[in-house]
Amino acid sequence: MDDVAIIGVGQSTFFRKSGLNIRELCFDAYKESMQGLDLTNKDIDASVTCSAPEYDKQRTPSGLISEYLELTPKSAFLVESVCSSSTSGLRVAYSLIKSGLHKVVAVIGFQKMSELTSRESAERMGRGADIMWETPFGISMPSGYALFAQAHMAKFGTTEQQLAKVRVKNAFYASKNPKAIYPKIVTLEEVMASAPVASPLKTFDCCAAADGSSCIIVASADVAKRVSKIPIWIAGLGAATDTMSMSGRKTFTSLSCATEAAAQAYKMAGVTPQDIDVAEVHDCFTISEILAYEDLGFAKPGEGTRLIEEKQTYIDGKIPVNVDGGLLCKGHPIGATGGSQMRTIVRQLRGEAVEAQVKNAEIGLVHNIGGVGQYGNVIILRR
Amino acid sequence: MGFETFGKVSFTAETRAAAFVDHLAQGKVMATRCKSCGATYFPPKMDCPTCLKSDTEWVEVKNPGKLVAYSVVGYAPAGFEDDAPYIIAVSEFSDGLRIFSRLSKDIKAEDVKPGMNLKVVVAKLPGDRISYEFQKV
Repeated sequence: MDDVAIIGVGQSTFFRKSGLNIRELCFDAYKESMQGLDLTNKDIDASVTCSAPEYDKQRTPSGLISEYLELTPKSAFLVESVCSSSTSGLRVAYSLIKSGLHKVVAVIGFQKMSELTSRESAERMGRGADIMWETPFGISMPSGYALFAQAHMAKFGTTEQQLAKVRVKNAFYASKNPKAIYPKIVTLEEVMASAPVASPLKTFDCCAAADGSSCIIVASADVAKRVSKIPIWIAGLGAATDTMSMSGRKTFTSLSCATEAAAQAYKMAGVTPQDIDVAEVHDCFTISEILAYEDLGFAKPGEGTRLIEEKQTYIDGKIPVNVDGGLLCKGHPIGATGGSQMRTIVRQLRGEAVEAQVKNAEIGLVHNIGGVGQYGNVIILRR
Repeated sequence: MGFETFGKVSFTAETRAAAFVDHLAQGKVMATRCKSCGATYFPPKMDCPTCLKSDTEWVEVKNPGKLVAYSVVGYAPAGFEDDAPYIIAVSEFSDGLRIFSRLSKDIKAEDVKPGMNLKVVVAKLPGDRISYEFQKV
């Protein structure tokens, strides 16, 4: 199975307001991803740019990024699945290499969310729901996930305090991450006292909109072994969808796109949830991380809250999760997020995560969700 | 009447399902059913990708339903600020048909209980706009 590898990963600092153009943001991630490789931009066969275009003033940004990084005249195109765009891009890169079409592909994710106000942003993301049937009721990302939080509480007795503990954990790890948008700890009391957004979710239950970029360099085995000291292998990939409409959902206590994608990835990699040493999950809201524990099989349905209560997802626990701060506190620049999650896991598996290293991590997992559970990507990586 | 009058803010004008709004004007909330395979759709759709036919009929949603999930929205997206706070919800009706809508303003947040009985009814909105909402049975 060791035939496609991640050889480079990078991300920009995630900013509230970067003061940078998107091409410069992308350069920062690209630069870090190429460091230490016996490779230049002339060796990259194609670039897959990943972004949610509703945020971009620049139309068709793939051409611009390709030009700025001097990747022209190589193939370049955009891949989009909202918040999971860059792991969808990774899936395409994997296929391009596995097919033999290319040897080295750069997956570049970015978003400059500060070009819109918070309310405008909520409106654009609201149009990431079904604009004909559901957007006219004023749905947004927080209120979509709030339906899941409410249903999880009603069915399993999950409490707002348990959700708040996810934020406290992720803030703790963001405080160690120099690239995080909010590198500071928060207390349970601060989370509980934050302003309501969409019940039961409060401001601190929600991730931080950010400007940022990420870059993943993907290569065939022969190139990977030649140019990289520690290639990290793609052991399993899973991708699935659920309905755009909330009325089409069969359950509100699980994201079925995630359970399906996880089943595919575990099967392909030949591993079980117990084999995962470290995971990055899509904590766009605190409830999302609890759902992820359960959807990925780290906990049984309804028992995800026990993991956070017992601190089992801290670095010394059974399954460390989001030890870089997660989307909640590291930041969530939509198109860049999956690539940033990949960066964290690759650094963990290489033993380079000096700020928060999980001991002897050999198998890692990335769970990246688009929209309110419309798109689910799960990737399993192995050292 | 076209679909552009549907809801607080409509992003859609042209659709094969425009008659949905005419039914609303007559006080009815409708789903569609594929005449060929019997599949029932909400949101209504006029095309059946299984049968590859566009031969559907309108069927009225049967009340009451039960509340599945809800949220009190305090922070509204642009265009909806004047409405906040409002309660969005998914309810389930007969044959497993699920509908996403808002709860009527008559229902107080503290009175909302998961599993409570609700009916889906036509809601007239300011500016000759029309929609549907969940009300107490």
